[in-house]
Amino acid sequence: MRKAVGCLALVAALLVSLAAFAQEVTIAVVWSGDELDAFKQVVAPFETATGIDVIIDEVGRDLPTVLPVRVQAGNPPDLAGLPNPGQMEEFAEQGVLVPLDDLENLADHPAAFVDLGTVTVETELADLTIAEENHVYGVFLAADFKSMVWYNVKEFEAAGYEVPTSWPALIALSDQIVADGGTPWAIGLENGAASGWPGTDWIEDIMLRTAGPDLYDQWVNHEIPWTHPAVKKAWEYFGQIVNAPGYVYGGPVGALTIYFGDSPAVLFDDPPGAYMHRQASFIQSFILGSNPELVPVEDYSFFVFPPISPVFGNPLLGAGDLIGVFNDTPEALEFANYLASAEAQEIWCGVLGKIAVNKTVDPSIYPDPITAQAAGLVAEAETFRFDGSDLMPAAVGSGTFWSGVLDYISGIPLDTVLEAIEASAVDAYGE
Amino acid sequence: MRTRRWVPWLYTAPALLLLIFFLVYPSVETARLSFFDRAGESYVGWQNYVYAFTNNTMLTAFRNNAIWLVGFTLFTVSFGLLFAVLLDRVRYERLIKSMVFIPMAISMVGAGTIWKFVYAYRPASVSQIGLLNAIVVGLGGQPIGWLIERPWINNICLIVVGVWIWTGFCMVVLSASYKNIPKQLMEAARIDGATEWQIFRRVILPLLMPTIAVVTTTMIVFVLKIFDIVYVMTNGNFSTEVLANRMYKEQFSFTNYGRAATIAVILLVLIIPMMVINIRRFRQQEATR
Repeated sequence: MRKAVGCLALVAALLVSLAAFAQEVTIAVVWSGDELDAFKQVVAPFETATGIDVIIDEVGRDLPTVLPVRVQAGNPPDLAGLPNPGQMEEFAEQGVLVPLDDLENLADHPAAFVDLGTVTVETELADLTIAEENHVYGVFLAADFKSMVWYNVKEFEAAGYEVPTSWPALIALSDQIVADGGTPWAIGLENGAASGWPGTDWIEDIMLRTAGPDLYDQWVNHEIPWTHPAVKKAWEYFGQIVNAPGYVYGGPVGALTIYFGDSPAVLFDDPPGAYMHRQASFIQSFILGSNPELVPVEDYSFFVFPPISPVFGNPLLGAGDLIGVFNDTPEALEFANYLASAEAQEIWCGVLGKIAVNKTVDPSIYPDPITAQAAGLVAEAETFRFDGSDLMPAAVGSGTFWSGVLDYISGIPLDTVLEAIEASAVDAYGE
Repeated sequence: MRTRRWVPWLYTAPALLLLIFFLVYPSVETARLSFFDRAGESYVGWQNYVYAFTNNTMLTAFRNNAIWLVGFTLFTVSFGLLFAVLLDRVRYERLIKSMVFIPMAISMVGAGTIWKFVYAYRPASVSQIGLLNAIVVGLGGQPIGWLIERPWINNICLIVVGVWIWTGFCMVVLSASYKNIPKQLMEAARIDGATEWQIFRRVILPLLMPTIAVVTTTMIVFVLKIFDIVYVMTNGNFSTEVLANRMYKEQFSFTNYGRAATIAVILLVLIIPMMVINIRRFRQQEATR
C-alpha cells in the first residue's frame, strides 16, 4: 500500500515538474551587476503576465566564448544576448538561429535597426543552385550611441571654450587648451583581454566622416583592403590626436595603460586633468561612479563628434543589445517579442539610460536629459552605422584591429600595422 | 602465491580506459585537426604549420616562450635553491618559508590582477597608484609604463610575477631534499678546512642534483604552457604573446580549430624531450632498487 502511494507521489511530482518544464525559457546573457538587476526588472512583468518562467543564465563576460561551444555541443540556450551582429551572422550561416521576421513588435522598430538584424543566408539546393534568403535573426533591445565627446561644462565656461562644430575647430580648441597649460584629451584604452577597443571607435567615427558611409560599409565587409588610402587617412587623423605632444592625459603611455572606465574621471579633477573624452553613451554610469555628485547638463554634457569632410556631414556611429533565438518554441518567440516591445524597452532603458529602439517608447522614461537628447539624435539620424569592429569577423574585429591600435600608439609604423591587419583580414574573411 | 598473468591488467584496466579516452584519443584527434581547416572539415595539409612558423605574431610567441623558458626556470630554481640552503641556518626559518610559499596559494589570475596594480601607470603630474611607479617617482624618476615597454621590460615584468608565485614550490622541494643530506658530511668538510662556498659547490650541489633535475624539468614543462599571467595582464599585446595564449585566441576567440590544434601539437612536441628525460631518470631509479 505504501509502495503504491509512494509511486503515485513520484509520478505526480514528475508530471508537475514536466509541466513546469514546458513553461520555461532560458536566456544566456553577458550582463552582471546593475545591468543584470535591470534585466530582472524587465523580465518580471512578462513572467507575471504569461506564467512562463524565465531563467536567466548569467554567463558573464565569457559569453562570446561559451555560446559557440554550447551551440556546437547541441545545447544552446533558448535565447541569448548576442555579442554583436558579426557573431549573429556566423550563427545564422550555421543554421542555428530561428528567423524572427514574424515578431509583431518588429513593426515598431526603425528600418535601420531591422536591417542590422537581418542576415542573407545562402543555401545550396538539391539542384546545386544557390538560394539566397533574407531573414531577421536578431532583435534589438536597446541601442548605444557612440559619436559623443564628453566635456566638463563648468570648466569650459570658466575658460571660455566653445563647443567645436568642425574638425579644424576641434584641433584649434585642443591647441588652445595646450597653450593655456592644460591637456585637452583623456583617452584610456586598457581593458584586459579587450584592450584597444576605444581606439577602434575613434577610427570608425573618423572613417565615417572622412570616407563616408558607403566606403565605411565596404571597409567593414573587406571590399577594400586595410591598406587603402582612405583607411590609412582615418588612422592618421586618429594619430593627429593621440600622438600629438601634450594632447593626451599621460601621453601615449597613459592612453595605453589607463583603464577605459577610469579615463573620464580626470575631467572632473581640480584642476582638470583633461577637458574632453570621446566615448559611447554608456560611459555616463562610469562618470557618475567616480563622481556621484555630478549633475548631467550642468556639470557634464556631450557634443556630437564633429564632421570632418563637409561632403559627408555627420553620420552617427552606434551599437546595441542584440537578442537571438536558438530554440524554436512558442515560449521563446513570445519572450523575444516581449523584449522587442515598448514595455520591456521602457524598463531597460529607463533604468540603465540606454536608448530604446522601439519607436513607440515614451520619451519621458529616460533617466536624464542627456540620454533623452542622444535618443532624439539616434531617432532623427539620417545616417546611422553599427560599430565596425563588432561587424567584422572576430579574428579582425576583436583581434588584430584592437592590437593594431595598441601597436600604432606604441610607435610601430602605420604601414606595418595596416599590413598586419590586412593579412589577418584576408585570412579571416576568406573562409 | 601465484597470480594469474592477466590480473594486473584487470586492475589497471579502468585507469587505462580513462587514459585512452581522455588523453590518447584527444591527442590523436588534435593532431588530426591540425591538418584541417578552421572548421575541421577540409584537409589543408601543412598550411597551418606554415602559418605557425611564418606568422609574425607566432614568431614573437616562440621568442617569448624561449625567454620565459630560460628566465622563469633559471630564477625559480636558483631562488628556490638559495632559500632552501640559506633559510636552514636562520632562526625564523618557518616564518620566512611560509611567506615565500604563500603566493602558491593564490591563482595565477589572482596574482596577475594584483601585479597589474603594482605595475599601474599614472602621469607624472598626479600621485601614482602603482607600487613600482610610486617607488620610482619617490626616488626622483619618471613613471614608466611597465607593461607596455617592449620587448624586454614588459616580458621581464611578467616573468617576475611567475617567479614570485613558483619560487615557493621549488624552495619547498629543494629544502626537503637538502635536509636529507647528513650533517656529518658538511661537518667533515668544514673540519677539513673547506669554505662555505666550497661546501656548497662540492658537497651540497652534487647531492642535490637529482632533486634539482626534477624541479627543473617540472618548471620547464610548466612554463611552456604559461597562459594565465599573460592573458590577464597584457593579453599578449605589446610583444608579450605566448603560445598558449595564441592557442586560446585561435580556439575560442577566432574559432579557428585547425590553427589551435596546430599550436597544441607544437607545444606537445616541445615537451617531449622533457618527458623522455623524466622517463629515463625514472627507469634508472627503478633499476637501482
